[in-house]
Amino acid sequence: MDSEAEMVKHIRALDSDMQTLVYENYNKFISATDTIRKMKNDFKKMEDEMDCLTTNMTAITEFSARISHTLQHQHRQITKLSGVHTLLRKLQFLFELPSRLNTCVELGAFGQAVRYYSKARCVLHQYQHMPSFHGIQHDCQLIMASLALTLRDRFSDGGSSPQELAECVELLLQLEEPAEELCDEFLAHAQRRLTDELLLLERELGGDAGPLSDVLEFTDKGCNGFVSNTCLVMASYQDLFISRSAQGPVSAMAQGKLVGFVDGLMATYFSLVERRITLERKSLGDNSLLVRSLDRFHRRLQAVAKLLPGSGVAAEGTAIVVRAAKQRLSQYLLAMRSFFTDCLTDVRQALAAPRLPGKDQPSLADLLTSVSTAVLNQIKSVLAYVHLFTAKDITFSSKTYFKGEFCSQGVREGLIVAFIRYLCQTARQFCESGGERGATPPALLLILSRLCLDYETSTISYILTLTDEQFLGQDASPVTPVTVLCADARDTAQKLLNHQVKVQGLNISQMLRKSVETRDWVSTMEPRNVRAVMKRVVEDITAIDVQVGLLYEEGVRKAHSSDSSKRTFSVYSYSCSRQPTRYSYTPQVGKSAPMDTNLLSNIQKLFSERIDIFSPVEFNKVSVLTGIIKISLKTFLECVRLRTFGRYGLQQIQVDCHYLQLYLWHFVSDENLVHFLLDEIVGSSAHRCIDPVTMEQSVIEVICERG
Amino acid sequence: MEDDAPVIYGLEFQARALAPQVAETDAIRFLVGTQSLKYDNQIHIIDFDDENNIINKNVLLHQAGEIWHISTSPADKGVLTTCYNKTSDSKVLTCAAVWCMPKELESGSHESPDDSSSNPQTLELLCHLDNTTHGNVACVLWEPMGDGKKIASLADNHVLLWDLQESSTKAVLSSSATLEGKGQLKFTSGQWSPHHNCSQIATANDTAIRGWDTRSMRQIFCMENAHGQLVRDLDFNPNKQYYLASCGDDCKVKFWDTRNVHEPVKTLEEHSHWVWSVRYNHSHDQLVLTGSSDSRVILSNMVSISSEPFGHLVDDDELSDQEDNHHEEKNKEPLQDSIIATYEEHEDSVYAVEWSSADPWLFASLSYDGRLVINRVPRALKYSILL
Repeated sequence: MDSEAEMVKHIRALDSDMQTLVYENYNKFISATDTIRKMKNDFKKMEDEMDCLTTNMTAITEFSARISHTLQHQHRQITKLSGVHTLLRKLQFLFELPSRLNTCVELGAFGQAVRYYSKARCVLHQYQHMPSFHGIQHDCQLIMASLALTLRDRFSDGGSSPQELAECVELLLQLEEPAEELCDEFLAHAQRRLTDELLLLERELGGDAGPLSDVLEFTDKGCNGFVSNTCLVMASYQDLFISRSAQGPVSAMAQGKLVGFVDGLMATYFSLVERRITLERKSLGDNSLLVRSLDRFHRRLQAVAKLLPGSGVAAEGTAIVVRAAKQRLSQYLLAMRSFFTDCLTDVRQALAAPRLPGKDQPSLADLLTSVSTAVLNQIKSVLAYVHLFTAKDITFSSKTYFKGEFCSQGVREGLIVAFIRYLCQTARQFCESGGERGATPPALLLILSRLCLDYETSTISYILTLTDEQFLGQDASPVTPVTVLCADARDTAQKLLNHQVKVQGLNISQMLRKSVETRDWVSTMEPRNVRAVMKRVVEDITAIDVQVGLLYEEGVRKAHSSDSSKRTFSVYSYSCSRQPTRYSYTPQVGKSAPMDTNLLSNIQKLFSERIDIFSPVEFNKVSVLTGIIKISLKTFLECVRLRTFGRYGLQQIQVDCHYLQLYLWHFVSDENLVHFLLDEIVGSSAHRCIDPVTMEQSVIEVICERG
Repeated sequence: MEDDAPVIYGLEFQARALAPQVAETDAIRFLVGTQSLKYDNQIHIIDFDDENNIINKNVLLHQAGEIWHISTSPADKGVLTTCYNKTSDSKVLTCAAVWCMPKELESGSHESPDDSSSNPQTLELLCHLDNTTHGNVACVLWEPMGDGKKIASLADNHVLLWDLQESSTKAVLSSSATLEGKGQLKFTSGQWSPHHNCSQIATANDTAIRGWDTRSMRQIFCMENAHGQLVRDLDFNPNKQYYLASCGDDCKVKFWDTRNVHEPVKTLEEHSHWVWSVRYNHSHDQLVLTGSSDSRVILSNMVSISSEPFGHLVDDDELSDQEDNHHEEKNKEPLQDSIIATYEEHEDSVYAVEWSSADPWLFASLSYDGRLVINRVPRALKYSILL
């Protein structure tokens, strides 16, 4: 109910609203109607006016048509008149042309003249059948020919500047002179000037008297003079003949000519540069000048190559640099070789220098160090010099050759490895040549041997590591491994040491041999002394021992008891004292054999190893000395076997051997070896003795102690 | 391979002198002379029975003195010369004499060794080579391939040529040459060349090798300093003129062309001590034998400087089947100069090596301790040379 009441209430409210709205809008409706009525009236008036306008327009159009019709004739006449006027002006220009051209030529305004002429040329050409025009054309052609001639004169005149030249060429081209001829002429002209510069450069080479300036200056002159002028010529040429004529056949022709021209000149230039570089071999010390000049040379060529992509200049230039680098490497190798040889000569001189009293001879160790440091320093400095070639700021260092082959094949193989091999080879030559009678001082052999051994143990790998660090090549080509070189060096060291032992052994052998051969052993006196030659032998061996000790380590000796001299002595004396007994046992009749003649030594032989006399030695003092003593004693033995001894001869040998035994045992690795050989000597001489009566051991000892 | 094993024979005395019996071409026979100052020296006649690998020996007494050198007549099997030391009044003199064996031993008797040693026979003296004016005799050389009438002896610094007359019982000095120079010159060894109608003798003194013309007795070539040290022995290549081998104290063996005295053609340095003896094989001169005081004997194959540098030329029809071809290729390999074998049977210095005059594949070596070793060329090499 409530809601109905409310609804009713709403509806009443709405009704009253509607009524108010209608009231409000009524006025508006009225005014709208009024407006519409008014508009109707206005439109009617406008229509009338439009009609009037239309009629007026038609009349105007009519009039205008009539006027234009009247004026048409006059307009055509005017156009014609103006055409005639231009023609007349042109004709006047033509008629005046010869005189104008003359004036221009007289004034030197060739450009203007050429411009005039090129304007008129077509017309004159077209109307040349008319006599008057023909005359003009003829005149003009004459003038222009003379002009062209003047231009050409100027062109071929040596004194004109490149800009003037360019102008001339431009004008001549506009005069339709044949481009090819012009190219040729232009180039011929340039050639003359450039050849002059080359001649200047050649003068710098200086002929026999040597170069006038250093290599850097030379390259500078070359770059600033010849190369930059060439660039100028190339630039203007390209400007004139190539870029202007676009991509025509002329351009191709011109380009071809230019390439030929530049290549020809460059070839001469390169040959000059190469000659100059070759002259550099004398000054081997510093490399930087050469590298810098090569760098400059290479850099400038890059510019040329950029201007002229079709030419082989850049490649050829790089090739020259590479060649120069290679040449340099081989020169350094030669220098290092001669340096090494000089070192050796110095050492020889030092060794041969007479010993001044009170002044010690330079010790072998000092000589060795001085040689090895000198050589090492030389290698290092050469490496440093060569390293300049690969420095970062050098343009050509980025070339593939310098990145790869130069490092591995050039520096490592060609320089360092080759030098090490040379060193070994030179050292080996000392063993082969002049080895017979000690042309090479044994001390030098020792030094070289130690040098090679040092190389084997450390120096080679050090040098190669150094090289590899500095020259990190990206080249995969095979290189000589360190081990091969080391083996080579070791082999050389071994050979040298063997040879040294042989030479020293032979020297002592010679003494022993002479002493045995020249003496009459049958009728000699009873021994009172040790023979002088034995003392000399011991002295010499001691000297050698000192010498070798300076360079080589002591080496291992077979263990012996603390009081070894006493012990060995007793063994030795035992075998000696046995000898008379030995002989007393032998039966008197020849047919039953003296079986035990050499029984003792034979038994000893059974158990001892075969002794190789001239066998390789080890790298230590004891081994070297053992070798020398072995050789000497074996010689002694063989010589004794060739002689016949009397009683006192045998006793003298006994004394000598005892003396040797006393002094030699401590030099060798295995003293039994000395005992064995000495026993053998005494045994042999006893055997070769007519009257084998040995001396009392005590007497021998007394004699030996007396010295 | 058992056949290739060395055969060893021991003498009771020390020995240096070894010689093949040159005139014998059927039996393998060597003569060894002993060195003893206290007992009678002997000459052992060693007969080698190749088939049974047995040695037969006969001993002859050589009472004159210890033997330093033996050489045998090329014509008469029974005739030989020795150089021996004669000691008298505390003086030692090396003499030379021509001897004759007892007839029954000449061609090798096969008596049992016991019998012969129990009853030793004595050499029969034919004549002395009188050397009272010339000094010690180093060696005696027979004219090779001669009639056994001409011999040469080297005494101190003299080369002496002798004619043997009246069936070798008299030796007449026919000509001589003397080497003059500074110091005491002494020949150490020599060799008579079989080439040029046997008109050349080569001698060694100190480090030099000299050649002499036997007709004019003038020096024809000289290699000063042929070796760094003393030259110990020489041998002429029997098949190739002008070629000469030498060895010495510098442990080297050198091969010379006597027309070029400045450079050896080839040098071998295989021994580790003095080389005392060098011998060319008589038939196959690429085989060279050397003995040294390092107690080794080395057999080398010097093809490149032999008279057959390209091996034995083989006829094509011999190579008919594949196998032979293959064989031939194999043979090409050893054409390089090489060491064939090193023999280490000796324990003392080897002073003499000799090829057998009867069997070209067999040789003997003698060391100071009286050990004689008979060896053969390795079979493989023998076939490769023959085939």
